[in-house]
Amino acid sequence: MKYIDEFRNLDIAAKISGLIKEDAKGLGEMNFMEVCGTHTMAVERFGIRQMLPENIRLISGPGCPVCVTPKNYVDKAIALTSLENVIVFSFGDMLKVPGTNSSLFKQKSKGKVRIVYSAFDAALFAEKNQDKKIVFLGIGFETTTPTVAATVKYAKKKKMKNFFVYSGHKIMPPAMKLLASDKRVNIKGFLCPAHVSAIIGMKPYVKVCEEYNIPCVIAGFEPLDILHSVLMLIRQARSKKAEVENQYNRVVKFSGNIEALRLIDEVFSINDSDWRGIGVIKNSGLILSKGYREFDIEKNIDLPEVKTSADKGCICGSVLKGIKTPLDCALFSKKCTPENPYGACMVSSEGACAAYYRYRK
Amino acid sequence: MRTITLSHGSGGRLMHDLIRDLFLKNLGNSFLNKMGDAALIKSAARKLAYTTDSFVVKPLFFPGGDIGKLSVCGTVNDLAVSGAIPRYLSCAMIVEDGFSYADLERITISIRDACRSAGVNIVSGDFKVVEKGAVDGIFINTSGIGEALEDSFIDIARIKPGDKIIISGTIGDHAASILLAREDLKFKTRIKSDCSPLNKLVSSIICRDIKFMRDPTRGGLATTLNEISAASGYNIAIEESGMPMKKSVSTLCEILGFDPLYMANEGKLIAIVSKNAAAKVLSKMKRHALGKDARIIGEVKRERDRKVYLKTQSGGLRILDMITGEQLPRIC
Repeated sequence: MKYIDEFRNLDIAAKISGLIKEDAKGLGEMNFMEVCGTHTMAVERFGIRQMLPENIRLISGPGCPVCVTPKNYVDKAIALTSLENVIVFSFGDMLKVPGTNSSLFKQKSKGKVRIVYSAFDAALFAEKNQDKKIVFLGIGFETTTPTVAATVKYAKKKKMKNFFVYSGHKIMPPAMKLLASDKRVNIKGFLCPAHVSAIIGMKPYVKVCEEYNIPCVIAGFEPLDILHSVLMLIRQARSKKAEVENQYNRVVKFSGNIEALRLIDEVFSINDSDWRGIGVIKNSGLILSKGYREFDIEKNIDLPEVKTSADKGCICGSVLKGIKTPLDCALFSKKCTPENPYGACMVSSEGACAAYYRYRK
Repeated sequence: MRTITLSHGSGGRLMHDLIRDLFLKNLGNSFLNKMGDAALIKSAARKLAYTTDSFVVKPLFFPGGDIGKLSVCGTVNDLAVSGAIPRYLSCAMIVEDGFSYADLERITISIRDACRSAGVNIVSGDFKVVEKGAVDGIFINTSGIGEALEDSFIDIARIKPGDKIIISGTIGDHAASILLAREDLKFKTRIKSDCSPLNKLVSSIICRDIKFMRDPTRGGLATTLNEISAASGYNIAIEESGMPMKKSVSTLCEILGFDPLYMANEGKLIAIVSKNAAAKVLSKMKRHALGKDARIIGEVKRERDRKVYLKTQSGGLRILDMITGEQLPRIC
C-alpha cells in the first residue's frame, strides 16, 4: 500500500536499528515515552523493542483516549442507554471498557448502542430518526475533537433538537507536563503523537521541552517513523540538546491545522478533567462552549445517578504514567484479561496492557 | 409482503405447500423427494467424514454471499479440509414469525446454487418457525457426510519441523465484507466475501505430502495457526511480507485498526505440506481459480512451546496470539 509499505521497509529498518545501536552506546539507561497509544500498539505490533539496544527503553504514556476516560463517564454512558428513546453512538473501542457493573458492549445487544467511525454519521442518523435522541460519546484527543466540533456546528446549522454530545474530550500537552515533572517516571525524551500533532502543530510542545529540558520528537506511526524518531531523540541526548523536532513532517506542519484549531476553539472550551488512574488534571479537558450548550447532553438531560466503584488492585494509573509496565501488575493476564478486564488499558486497542497481552504474553 | 407465519411450521397444509413449492422445487433430488423420516444412503467402502455447523450471520445478505450460501460452504469446507469429498448434507432452518417469504426464497435458491457448485445434495431437512424475536431472522444448521479421498493422509500428528505453510489466497475478505455491511461505516468501497466451496480445490491438490489442512474461519489465520501449533506441539513462524491480501481489505484494516490476520475467511484453506513438496503443491493450487493467489507464508519450527511467531514486514518479531473477543473499530 502506498505511503505505508515504504515506511515498513526491512532493509532501511535494519540500517536505522544499526545506527541507533551505535549512537546509544555509553548513554546509560534512557526512558523514552511514546505518549500516544497508537505508538504503543505499533511498537508491539511491529516488534520494534527487539530492534533497540537494551539501554533504550520505550515506555507507554497516557495517550490512549479510551484508557484515560474515567470509569464514571462509562457508567454514565451506560446509564444513558437505559433511557427511553436514547441511542448512544460511539467509536468502537469504547465498547469493551468496563464500567462498574456493565460495559457498552453488553448494552449493544439491546440495540441501544451503535458503532460509528465518525460523529457525522451519528448526526445523519439523528436527522433521519427525529423520534430518537442521539447521544454521541465524544472521546479522544485533538485528533478526533475537530471532527466532533464540525458535527456540532452542522447540528446547529440544521437546528437539530435530537443530537447531543457527551464530551469526554481531552488535550494532550497538560498530561505531558504532569509526566515530565514526575521524577519517578524519569523521562529522557518524548515521542510526541503523530495525528494529535497534525492538528496542534509543534508549538504546544515547546513549553514542555524548555521547561523540563526534555527532547521532543513528533513521530509518525509506521515502524521506520518510530525508529527514526528514536534515533533523533538519541542524537539530541548525545549532543545534550532539548528541542522540538518534527520527524513526521510529511503530515505535521509547524502551526498544525489552523482551521481545525479554530473549530475546536469555537465549539469547545477548556475545563479541568478527570483522567482514569491519574486523577484530575487542570485545564486538560474540553466541554461544549456557551454557544453550543443545547447539544451538551449533561446540560439537557438529567443524567441518572450512577454509583462508580474504585478499581481495586488495578495499576492502570501507574501504567498510564509510565511508572510501571503491565508486567508489574499482579492482575495482568491472571485475573485481568481481555475477556475479563479490570482496567481500560486491557481492552482498548491502544491500551498498553492490551498490547503487552497480545504481542508479548 | 408475503411472510412466513407460525402456521408454516405447524406441520399442516401451509407447511406442506411450503416444502413442495420452495424446498423440493429448488433443492429436490432422489433422496429428498422421498420425503422419508431419514435419508437412506449407501455406505461407502472408504472412511467417512461427518461434521456439523450452525449459521447465525448478520446481516443475512452481504456482498459475495448470504446465510444460505455460507451454510453450504461452511460444512462443505470442513469436510474438504479433512480430506473428504462432500456427498450428503442435511439442512435445518429456524425462522422467526413474520420473516419475509421473498428472503427465504432467495436464501433457498442460494443454497441450491452453492450445492450445485460444490456437487453435493441436501438429503434431509427440517423447518421450524418460532415466535418473533426468538431468533434473529433465520438460523441455519447444516451437517454433512463426506467420503475420504483416496490420496488423503490428513493427520495432525504427521506435522514435522520444516514443513511449509501454504495459504490458498487473500485473507480477511469475508470479515471485511460483513463489517462493512453490518456497522454504520460509510465506506464507498464494496468488498466481496470470499465465501465459496473448497472441495474442488482440495481434490486438485490432495496428495500424501499434504499433512494437514484447515479453513481459517472465525478468528482468522492467526487463530487457526495457534490451534495447529497447540495440537501439533510445534512452534510456527510466518512472515508478514507477501501475505496475500486485497488492497481494499488492507486499506480498510489500516483505517479501522483491524489486524487482517484475525479476520474470518470463508473460502480459504491453510495446508501444512512437507518441505520438499511445497513448491509442487503451491503450483497445483495456483492453477485452480480459488487458489490463484496462494502463497507459502511460513514453516513449522523445531521448538515446542506451542507459540506462533510473526516476522513483521519491518524485520521485527512478535508473538501471534489467539484472538480474544471480537475486533472493534478504533477511535483514531
